[in-house]
Amino acid sequence: MSKQREILQGAEACVKGAIKAGIGFFAGYPITPSTEIAELLSTELAKEEKIFIQMEDEIASITAIIGASLAGKKSMTATSGPGFSLMQEGLGYATIAEVPIVVVNVQRGGPSTGLPTKVSQGDVMQSKWGTHGDHPVIVLSPCSVQELYEMTIQAFNLAEKYRNPVVILTTETIVHMREKVEIDPFETVDIFNRILPSINPGDTYLPYGKFSDDVPIMGNIGDGYGTSVTGLVHMENGFQSADYEVADRLVRRIHRKIEKHTSDLFDIEILNPDAETMFISYGVASRTVKSLIYTNHPEIGLVRPKTLFPIDPIKIQQATKNAKRIVVSELNLGQYYFEMQRILPHKKVHLIEKIGGELISPNEMLRRIEELHD
Amino acid sequence: MNDMKQIFKVTPLLSKTKRSYCPGCTHGVIHRLVCEVIDELDQFEKTIIVVPVGCSTLAIHYFEMDTVQAAHGRAPAVATGMKRAMPSKTIFTYQGDGDLASIGTAEIVHAATRGERITTIFVNNGIYGMTGGQMAPTTLEGWKTETSPYGRNLKKEGNPIRMCEMLSQLNGPAFIARTSVHTPANIVKTKKAIRTAFKAQINDLGFSLVEILSTCPTNWGMNPVDSLKRIENETMNYYPLGEFKKVEGL
Ligand SMILES: Cc1ncc(C[n+]2csc(CCOP(=O)(O)OP(=O)(O)O)c2C)c(N)n1
Ligand code: SF4
Ligand SMILES: [Mg+2]
Repeated sequence: MSKQREILQGAEACVKGAIKAGIGFFAGYPITPSTEIAELLSTELAKEEKIFIQMEDEIASITAIIGASLAGKKSMTATSGPGFSLMQEGLGYATIAEVPIVVVNVQRGGPSTGLPTKVSQGDVMQSKWGTHGDHPVIVLSPCSVQELYEMTIQAFNLAEKYRNPVVILTTETIVHMREKVEIDPFETVDIFNRILPSINPGDTYLPYGKFSDDVPIMGNIGDGYGTSVTGLVHMENGFQSADYEVADRLVRRIHRKIEKHTSDLFDIEILNPDAETMFISYGVASRTVKSLIYTNHPEIGLVRPKTLFPIDPIKIQQATKNAKRIVVSELNLGQYYFEMQRILPHKKVHLIEKIGGELISPNEMLRRIEELHD
Repeated sequence: MNDMKQIFKVTPLLSKTKRSYCPGCTHGVIHRLVCEVIDELDQFEKTIIVVPVGCSTLAIHYFEMDTVQAAHGRAPAVATGMKRAMPSKTIFTYQGDGDLASIGTAEIVHAATRGERITTIFVNNGIYGMTGGQMAPTTLEGWKTETSPYGRNLKKEGNPIRMCEMLSQLNGPAFIARTSVHTPANIVKTKKAIRTAFKAQINDLGFSLVEILSTCPTNWGMNPVDSLKRIENETMNYYPLGEFKKVEGL
């Protein structure tokens, strides 16, 4: 069977991806520009006898998906800036309790209620550092409707595999625009399901005591193993502890389970690798660079992180090592730029940014490249 | 002309800015009533409005007074801070049903139970207007919305929430009433309730709230006249009008 082509809106692609990945539970609260995802799921999940629930706010939404995920359902929520701010509590909880969840943040202009209907990439650092304490996170950044479809599937897979929150950091433009997407209902997509314990109920079991590559092999809550889950620092049996060694070991292991796979997780696309001017740009902002590359600008190249975090510095260093000039372009005041400066300490890194809810047009980009001083 | 008596004038508290509300939306009528009461009680110079996130966010343009637009659901907390810092001011929140009865439930319950000397105008249209017609905590059984596409099913989506009944159980409120604006007679009664609510604040008697049953023709998918009828035929059956709490001295 040949690939099926459809014209889809970003929100539709995200919903199709979630269904493909095996979503069993969605909880959310309406907010522009993410609401279409919830609206579509309210129809689609009912058809599949899966669960859709509108909660009283975003704190309750993320917490409900944590509960459903503990019960074994693949769970997701979708929100936008102000809602993402409220979800930070849940992101921290899911990290320390090691609960697989997928959070779609459709960025809009901020801070606060900000620019509800306009594009932005202002939540990059919030998605890394928004919740308190040391914590790893996986953040994916789709640059097209096709990629939003694929990354939604990938997000569920990674959440289940690493038992960690995965954030899909997209934007108003990607979720609202319509593009050609290749979807084939008969194609085999790799779907990862969390590893469950294989001991018999009643045998000795520690929810945080047995690991597959540093990821705990936990039973789902209520499965009869005796699983205890807390947002406090906990021992292998899942019960709270304030012991120095327990705390140190736990937080380091949670970091390690993600960090040691950094080079696999940090996926990048490279276009015109030998170009003089190498852009580092991601998500919707990278489309401006791509459109220049596709319209005969051999002097311009692109390094596009598809994964924003965790970052593999070596990949960025390699991809930019021969460039005469390195330019980060993003729709915020330089959030990823500061990360790039940190990992390219011996290079001059330029920034072409834009805020205020508009994209950089290709012509504006050419003009701003001219204005750079090396 | 000189011997004619002026019996009606447009209150100067309402700005002349063109309204952005949809045709038939009752937010506008409620704005006028609130402004008239503030004017008649001589609170013009002292009053501050806290508006929510919702269609009435735009009210900042329509009220000729200092305005604060709070984060979604948090208006009563902002009002609490301002009122405690400036007890001589008259401070009120103007909130939709999503804002007050969903994301902001904690804030309204606690402002009420503390007996904050603030007034709340609670506009209940049974839907999320601003975000395009999703189910609200107040949406009635069977109503189809963008997030209850098969009609609100009490088993799945739960029961609509009656805020007046709930808040009137608390000791902090001095006045809690539910009114409607679907007929001229009810508009008159609504104005009276708003007046009593502001008096509760001015006389330092406690927290006060008026819930006003309102329409959203756009997201209800109805014309304005049918929307008004829907209040009479459906909304009022579940949300009875009346005074739920009124302390002595009001
Ligand atoms: C934290 C947060 N979550 C969600 C939103 C999106 N939002 C804006 S208005 C609104 C609902 C408004 O409905 P309602 O309070 O009933 O007022 P109406 O527009 O019907 O008058 C929502 C959910 C937001 N601005 N902030
Ligand atoms: S969407 Fe509904 S509540 Fe909002 S202005 Fe229009 S009619 Fe009024
Ligand atoms: Mg409403």
